[in-house]
Amino acid sequence: MNTQTRIPALEIEEDFRARAHEALGDPQLRGNFRRAMDSLMTKRAAAFSDPEEREDLRSLGNAIRARALSKLPELLEQLDRNLTRNGVQVHWAETIEEANAIVLGIVNAHSARQVIKGKSMVSEEMEMNDFLGERGVECLEADMGEYIVQMDHEKPSHIIMPAIHKNAGQVGKLFHEKLGVDYTTDVDQLIQIGRRVLRQKFFEADIGVSGVNFAVAETGTLLLVENEGNGRMVTGVPPVHIAVTGIEKVVENLRDTVPLLSLLTRSALGIPITTYVNMISGPRQPGELDGPQEVHLVLLDNGRSQAFADSELRQTLNCIRCGACMNHCPVYTRIGGHAYGEVYPGPIGKIITPHLVGLAKVPDHPSASSLCGACGEVCPVKIPIPALLRRLREENVKAPDSPHQAMRGQGSKYSRKERFIWNAWARLNRSPALYRVFGFLATRLRNLVPNSVGPWTQNHSAPKPAPRSLHEMAREHLHKPSGDL
Amino acid sequence: MSDLFYNAVPNATRVAPPRHAPRQYPDSKPQRVYLFGTCVVDLFYPEAGMDAIHLLQREGIAVEYPQGQSCCGQPAYTSGYTEQAREVARAQLALFAGDYPVVVPSGSCAGMFREHYPDLFKDEPETLKQVQALAARTYELVEFLLKVCKVQLNDLGQPTKIALHTSCSARREMNTHLHARELLAQLSNVERVDHDHESECCGFGGTFSVRMPDISGAMVLDKTRALKESGAHQVVTADCGCLMNINGSLEKQHAALRGQHVASFLWQRSGGQR
Repeated sequence: MNTQTRIPALEIEEDFRARAHEALGDPQLRGNFRRAMDSLMTKRAAAFSDPEEREDLRSLGNAIRARALSKLPELLEQLDRNLTRNGVQVHWAETIEEANAIVLGIVNAHSARQVIKGKSMVSEEMEMNDFLGERGVECLEADMGEYIVQMDHEKPSHIIMPAIHKNAGQVGKLFHEKLGVDYTTDVDQLIQIGRRVLRQKFFEADIGVSGVNFAVAETGTLLLVENEGNGRMVTGVPPVHIAVTGIEKVVENLRDTVPLLSLLTRSALGIPITTYVNMISGPRQPGELDGPQEVHLVLLDNGRSQAFADSELRQTLNCIRCGACMNHCPVYTRIGGHAYGEVYPGPIGKIITPHLVGLAKVPDHPSASSLCGACGEVCPVKIPIPALLRRLREENVKAPDSPHQAMRGQGSKYSRKERFIWNAWARLNRSPALYRVFGFLATRLRNLVPNSVGPWTQNHSAPKPAPRSLHEMAREHLHKPSGDL
Repeated sequence: MSDLFYNAVPNATRVAPPRHAPRQYPDSKPQRVYLFGTCVVDLFYPEAGMDAIHLLQREGIAVEYPQGQSCCGQPAYTSGYTEQAREVARAQLALFAGDYPVVVPSGSCAGMFREHYPDLFKDEPETLKQVQALAARTYELVEFLLKVCKVQLNDLGQPTKIALHTSCSARREMNTHLHARELLAQLSNVERVDHDHESECCGFGGTFSVRMPDISGAMVLDKTRALKESGAHQVVTADCGCLMNINGSLEKQHAALRGQHVASFLWQRSGGQR
């Protein structure tokens, strides 16, 4: 597959609502997501069969992440020192441009032409494939799901299962068209086809790129979990390994990773442990037979420090990227990952993306939730996602001259008209006299409600107030009105 | 590197609050309660509010309905208009000052009192005390009937099959999702049938239903389909937001099935007259 000439991704709608509308009308996509998410929810529930144990573990996970965040600057400096001592070269990047420049610098230093990449959401943030591709460097995805979406010029639709929006038939068709193999819907066969192509690429690649699940400050260890073996190949076979990760992934010590790993794999896939748990502590040492000669770590901020600066929003950085929130989200299940239009979809995407790209670029994200709470209920590190969504709504409608600047792009949904309406609503509900008049008019004029009442009647019959309000009926029934004003 | 944290407060990290211990209920029922009717019941389903009053009165409890009450403030709160929500909440607070239980025929409004008022007034120590006291004596109607009144219902109705829709607030904020099941199980002629994806949101979400009508509409269509396929003769729910959403959608579809507030269902089944 030739990634040197970049073919633009499929044309997608600019607006979140338009993309969601399109996805909702696609029965194939709806079915794929519904089935996949149902299966993941069932597996997670089975993996946490003891609710007491699950809740204790979630509390522990939350405490570990909170402890790490409470000393994030110190832990990052400790991580830097210990990785450097182990022979890993550590780079700091405040923006994705800086991160890409660092990667390109390493690529150029080795005159690399081929990069093979394990699964990494931070590399998606950086759009590393396109960045390197535009500079004549092939950057091939080695995770099977990522390999499939890259082949189809798409973006991942789920942070753990990038190609979950496709079923086996769609993948079979894609492989048939792009690789010239016979059409099959046999998942094992499809995986074998992909593996044969990738196996060769591992040996040809000049550089391997990977993500990081946990960066352990105390020992200077990069921990990486995966099920396909591609992670071990990209970090072990090519002569140079570049790991890229967000600054929030640091944990204090190895002991902390044990409960976090258990929470991660059970929440994500309902499995007790992944097939591979890689602990990378440095490049090949003298006398060792394998491993890369050079290991680099790129630590990326990209807006995370903005979340860090606010004690409520900081909880966003607890995330260990398990994807359970999207698996359980009734909105994600219906619109899929692409509708969000950003790297991180679903509930976690809605609360992290505003920090990465600014609230003004994703103004509809915080509103695209019924606040049903399913995400917060399953989050393994207890991020209060519904509360954070509500907070982002508050930031979204702030007046432009608001003194408190919590985030980039705040006030992007500020509307004088809407503020006026809510002020009027508040006045009405604060004043018993006004509310009584309103209740009287609403019930007596009930037949004047038009058949079409804005977006409500798109899905419902017109709402018709009752002939008399509870205020009136209760007053009559209870005879002596008390608390009457 | 410390530049990255130019603005950070180092000790501002939050740890999740401890899990709620199971709620402790008083040993005996009170002589008097407040009813917070909620704005949706007030204007759209007043009969549900009246049936709640009847059910409470049948337990020998005097019901007080402060006439100054309006809305709990939730629509503004979840829309991000926190200041407006706080002022409406403050107006309600003053009306429920007596030291007896506040019964609410809706999981989400009860959840607003119990879970979100303390957040709204976290910076006002004096008001916060009042709010915490209010939160401690706020009960969702079904919870109150079952756990505080310990009602024993006598089913006088014909055999029927119902589906129960539990609101997300009742399920995840109030932890009262099993109470309605337990109460309905007392009705000997009522068979409760499960429906597909029962624990999933109906798509209402307050202003979400008008801000994101496409997504909300897809959710309520799936919910009503599951309810219709359950074989239930009617739907029962303890939350009028969900009820308005589900019934509005069923009506739009010209479906025969309808939902009813649990207060009305319980009152009618157990022989109550209107």
